[in-house]
Amino acid sequence: MSNSPSGERWSTRVGVILAVTGSAVGLGNFLRFPGQAAQNGGGLFMIPYLVAFLIVGIPLAWSEWALGRHGGNRGYNSAPGIFGGVLRRPKGAYVGMLGTVMPVLIYTYYVVVEALCLYYAWHYLTGTLAGFGDDVSAVGDFFVASMGMTEHGAIFTSGQGQFLGFVGICFFINFFLIYRGLSRGIEKFCAIAMPLLVVCALIVLVRVLTLQPLPETPDQTLWAGLGFMWNPAQQDGSIWDTLANPDVWLAATGQIFFSLSVGFGLILTYASYLRKDDDVALSSLTSVSGNGFCEVVLGGMIALPAAYIFLGPMFLSDPQNIGTFSLGFVTLPNVFNQMPAGSFFGFLFFFLLFLAAVTSSLSMLQPSIALLEEGLGITRKPSVAILGFITFAGTFFIVYFSAGLQALDTVDFWMANFFIFIFATVQTLIFGWVLGPKKGYEELAAGAEICVPRGIMFVIRYISPLFLLTVFALWCRRSLPGRWEAIMNPPAGEPPVVLMALGFIVVVLLFFSFVIAGANQRWYQTDKEPS
Amino acid sequence: MTTAGLFVMIFAIGGMTGLLGWCVYKVMSTPDSTQHLHSPLDIDAGDKSDSHHGSRHDGAK
Repeated sequence: MSNSPSGERWSTRVGVILAVTGSAVGLGNFLRFPGQAAQNGGGLFMIPYLVAFLIVGIPLAWSEWALGRHGGNRGYNSAPGIFGGVLRRPKGAYVGMLGTVMPVLIYTYYVVVEALCLYYAWHYLTGTLAGFGDDVSAVGDFFVASMGMTEHGAIFTSGQGQFLGFVGICFFINFFLIYRGLSRGIEKFCAIAMPLLVVCALIVLVRVLTLQPLPETPDQTLWAGLGFMWNPAQQDGSIWDTLANPDVWLAATGQIFFSLSVGFGLILTYASYLRKDDDVALSSLTSVSGNGFCEVVLGGMIALPAAYIFLGPMFLSDPQNIGTFSLGFVTLPNVFNQMPAGSFFGFLFFFLLFLAAVTSSLSMLQPSIALLEEGLGITRKPSVAILGFITFAGTFFIVYFSAGLQALDTVDFWMANFFIFIFATVQTLIFGWVLGPKKGYEELAAGAEICVPRGIMFVIRYISPLFLLTVFALWCRRSLPGRWEAIMNPPAGEPPVVLMALGFIVVVLLFFSFVIAGANQRWYQTDKEPS
Repeated sequence: MTTAGLFVMIFAIGGMTGLLGWCVYKVMSTPDSTQHLHSPLDIDAGDKSDSHHGSRHDGAK
């Protein structure tokens, strides 16, 4: 008997691992990681990165998989249902609300970035981007025009209809696959897309590793480029001063956290479609290490070493040139444009980014589909239609208020930075303290195909939440004052985009709170005993 | 690249590749990892409701 009210199940174990890995592997692996490493001590960055991987990444992934399967076997597939069940009261479902709202709101802008990857891949295929040659500013102008960053609504008036078409294509692909369901849509797509992504990345990697320096800059060799990425670099003073810098630890934890897709509620939903005796320990470790491989091996060896050869250390020393967006959509196109057969490799690179983005965006839709089905008692078709309407409204808002990417930046900040910390901490506390050390360990070890260390529950109960809260406090101290200023003092003569974005977030939160109210009635009417 | 940089690179890449390789080996060496997750009891042959009705009917007799 299926544990899911909708009857959805994964069809193979490899399929679920690839789907979760696909959910984690995204632009952050290929674009954010190298920039963060280079700005935070180069090779030294790997020390806090490894620590964060061990005490935040793996424990959070294990607890999220185990909690998801625990809820799924009691008939819940959404974070509100799972949390309500574990907390044994209807109000507990509201604690899990962020686990469906965050993915939906992140999807509204992520699909735009996904479309941009496909747009760039298309323009490499047709030769438009490669045609810019070594004109560095032309690529920057292309990026600004594509996203309509000059003024609000520019994308609708400046002949960027083609880009809007790509946004529409990405919307269609996502909703078509999500409509087909878990095993026939998400799992089948990831089973093809993930190996294809790795093959594309390996081809680009081989190209980068065989690059020769330009005759005019013979010192900018591949070896020196790898050194730029991996040499332990002291920022101010000694190695110890760099390692004592909280910003370096903040960056490493943030990278592990955002890259693994833990704390979003995505894995809760994916794992809820497993059976009671299906392994979660090895499966989650495999997806975590798959994500790490894409990040460290592929992400760490492609972007910066290639950019070093063609653009040099001075260009890369400016943090603005190695931010996620600028590295991906301005710096790297300039690299491909100067590379032999750059058109082909540019296409491959942006196509692999597109595949990585689709496998991630698909996972963002499933949690709310599960909640709509559970809450409103409707089938997949109307659930997909309702979600389509909400995400379309959100994406329209993001695309229209595009000046300086204000709308995108605001939703990204609050959802993918602020609330994710809160939700991840709450989730860890629920697993470690409400489910408890004994039941939590039993849940994690049930069906496990590797030995799960008993000490993991100590890490989940004490170390991970403490680490998360410390990093969150440091992050808030650094980031919140500026955001508060932007809310209180919107620029004169311009629409208050930040306030409007926050208003949209509140509307979506209210909508899902009504859905949860309906879901609570259905769960308790049908005598679904909380565990 | 310095010796320390080379060491970090080899350690990071080797560590991640090794961990992934070990995990993939463990997953693939499990006999049913690529087979269908449904057990025979999960398979709905489409005759469940008929037989259920049948037994109820028999019980009424």
